[in-house]
Amino acid sequence: MSCQYELYEPSWCPGCGNYMIRTALKMALEELDIKPHEVVIVSGIGQAAKMPHYIKTNGFNGLHGRALPPAIGIKMANKNLNVIVESGDGDTYGEGGNHFIHAIRRNIDIAHFVHDNQIYGLTKGQASPTTAMGQITTLQFDGVKVEPVKPLALALTMGAGFVARGFAGDIPHLVGLMKEAIKYKGYALVDILQPCVVWNKVNTFSWYKNRVYHLPESYDYTNKEEAMKKALEFDDRIPIGILYREEKEAYLDKFDFIKEGPPLVDLELNPLDAEKLMDEFR
Amino acid sequence: MDLSLIIGGQAGQGMDTFASLFEKTIKRCGYNVYAYSDYMSRIRGGHNYFNIRFSSENILAVKDNIDILFALDDETVNVHKHKVKDTGIVIADELVAEEDNITHLKLSDIARKLKNQKVANTVGLGAILKYLGVPINIAGEVIREEFTEDIANANLKALEEGYKLMDTRHHLDIKEDNSILINGNEAVGLGAIAAGCKFYCGYPMTPSTGILSFMAKHADEFNIAVDQVEDEVAALNMALGASYAGIRAMTGSSGGGFALMVEALSLAGIIEVPIVLINVQRPGPATGFPTRTEQADLRFMIHAGHGEFPRMVIALRDTEDAFYQTVRAFNIAEKYNIPVLLVSDQHLADGMTTKKPFNFRDIKIERNIQSSIEGEYKAYRLTESGVSPRIIPGKIEGATVLVDSDEHDEYGHITESGEIRTKMVEKRLKKFELLKEDIKEPWFIGDENPENLVVCWGSTYGTVKETVENLKDEGISIGALVFGDIWPFPTKKLLELKKKARNIIDVEQNATAQLDSLIREEALIKSDIKILKYDGRPFTADELYKRIREVI
Repeated sequence: MSCQYELYEPSWCPGCGNYMIRTALKMALEELDIKPHEVVIVSGIGQAAKMPHYIKTNGFNGLHGRALPPAIGIKMANKNLNVIVESGDGDTYGEGGNHFIHAIRRNIDIAHFVHDNQIYGLTKGQASPTTAMGQITTLQFDGVKVEPVKPLALALTMGAGFVARGFAGDIPHLVGLMKEAIKYKGYALVDILQPCVVWNKVNTFSWYKNRVYHLPESYDYTNKEEAMKKALEFDDRIPIGILYREEKEAYLDKFDFIKEGPPLVDLELNPLDAEKLMDEFR
Repeated sequence: MDLSLIIGGQAGQGMDTFASLFEKTIKRCGYNVYAYSDYMSRIRGGHNYFNIRFSSENILAVKDNIDILFALDDETVNVHKHKVKDTGIVIADELVAEEDNITHLKLSDIARKLKNQKVANTVGLGAILKYLGVPINIAGEVIREEFTEDIANANLKALEEGYKLMDTRHHLDIKEDNSILINGNEAVGLGAIAAGCKFYCGYPMTPSTGILSFMAKHADEFNIAVDQVEDEVAALNMALGASYAGIRAMTGSSGGGFALMVEALSLAGIIEVPIVLINVQRPGPATGFPTRTEQADLRFMIHAGHGEFPRMVIALRDTEDAFYQTVRAFNIAEKYNIPVLLVSDQHLADGMTTKKPFNFRDIKIERNIQSSIEGEYKAYRLTESGVSPRIIPGKIEGATVLVDSDEHDEYGHITESGEIRTKMVEKRLKKFELLKEDIKEPWFIGDENPENLVVCWGSTYGTVKETVENLKDEGISIGALVFGDIWPFPTKKLLELKKKARNIIDVEQNATAQLDSLIREEALIKSDIKILKYDGRPFTADELYKRIREVI
């Protein structure tokens, strides 16, 4: 293996699923032989969003809910960078919900890894958009009264071309998903189930462990109807793997000058080029 | 020669086309044009009008009294007839109500005969140009440039028919034309393209949309990624991403849209990623007056964003200034890695002006980016100036760039250290002190050491200039300071003139005299007289003249 990613000491709680996700990310990047300076990890705010601090790559640790917009801007500026978004369920499906919907519509080439622990960790135990109805939290004392977001089903209805679910407790499987997502040309969503050892006493490691199962080899991930069924399967059994995959034109390929030309960041700037625009106003 | 024309009617009656053909034809005759469009926030109906002033002199404002009123409906006659001078004329289609002193022309009738209802206004254009003594070939050329062949031919016939309807009253001497005709939004877009902006995004919002459209129109030609975003929250975050990755990026909106960008403005402050953004003001609060003008966001622009961080705020004064200041904004943003905020308004954004062509030769692009580093790269290296060397992510093997919205150490890593926090706050604010050296003093107009000193900012420049010059010609000791760079606030020239001035007259298009409060705070001077306007319409030259006359 030619490249090695340097790690920093995290401030996550012992036993947190984020450690496993970081391990998987490191392995995926190393196995793909992408150099650290060719990667940008973009994140918002939350425990998951601290990822750029704990693995040495380029990093843009922005605002809560706002990981996707800068990621899109970065990719547009330099199509050669590998852009990875690391964010949590609150960051992505709550505060950043609108950006999530529209990132799917754009189908820009970024890999989006959502650390989904079905609870708010950093703010200490309130419901997240994926917390189950009725679950008692540190804020919803008599239980959550609203329906959870079903992120994979939502992504499918929005026309996402790569929809997957992983589990932090199954690192080899997760590494495979991450590699496919990074290689996928377009927007790739991987919702990663992850226990929060401190704040979520319902969706524990064993809760997930007892439910997740690998999609069988016979599963046809090009069948959208089947994918929708799998996306909604979230009770006694939870499928993990690539639920849906479709090759479709990525956003930047729709701009001829980006598709055919150098990355925008490499363009020479010459004010005189614009002088011809004066004719429009004469 | 100094004439004004108003064309008015309902939204959807084709006034935009008439105005652009008329303005361009007059410009081609070698005259200066200043045109303001007054429109409602609706697509059909209502009352909209263009006030187009044209002169052999350099004009920068519209006037109340007009020479030609071209009414496309009854309401236009009712609203504007009183503005027509005794020597003026009211021209209307025969379908417009019969009233005294209206020259009714068979515009729709002729258009019907030409089998194209849409060319009725062009018949009117022909009649008016004939009245002004403009040779038909000049307008013909403009029509051929503006339309596809079929449409151009239909309009050329209509133009000819129109020329048969009126006698010539004014004889416009044809002079050499070496001007451009441009509005504020186009000038900003042009400045951005000249400065090498390769990313522009926004959400449509009047009156800022023209910049987004201009950039989109030229995107392919100049390799600019233009994105219509889901909301203004995304806009500034996305632009910051593009800038972080190494290209010049910009976003813009109007009041409410800018309000949504405020969170990310604060982000720009702490991550120290350079960015240019523009607020094309409209009257608020909230939705306010969507299609009208005001200067009520000055304080908001200066203070927007939680926490303390340096920024520059530049008010754009006219189209020429808009162009050069936009170019400069990109250089300053990258010199200090700060947000530079441009302030325009509907008056400037939509107002068409003739200017001499912009000078692209003297534009310098100064990026302040390192292509190599010594030792380990630190995005927030503490330096004497507070400005940390910037590199482009992905360009130097082994070097990575980490930016962080949390308080961070020199590497960009989250920190809880009070000591580092103090250093980082001071680092950021040092840049503000340095920035002060780049600030330009306000433009000065009028008498040296005037007794009456007008202070104003941004797009009131044109009206103030014309008014001050007229008053000065009458023997009144008057001058004006017109602020462009407004934060950090330049005080030198103001303090110097204050020594002699008897009256300081604050002229602003807002209700709370925001410039006056800034002057009090920054220069410890208060204005003696405030002339404020907040009805959503720009000051006309006559109006400002009267209001200053009343108080001095």
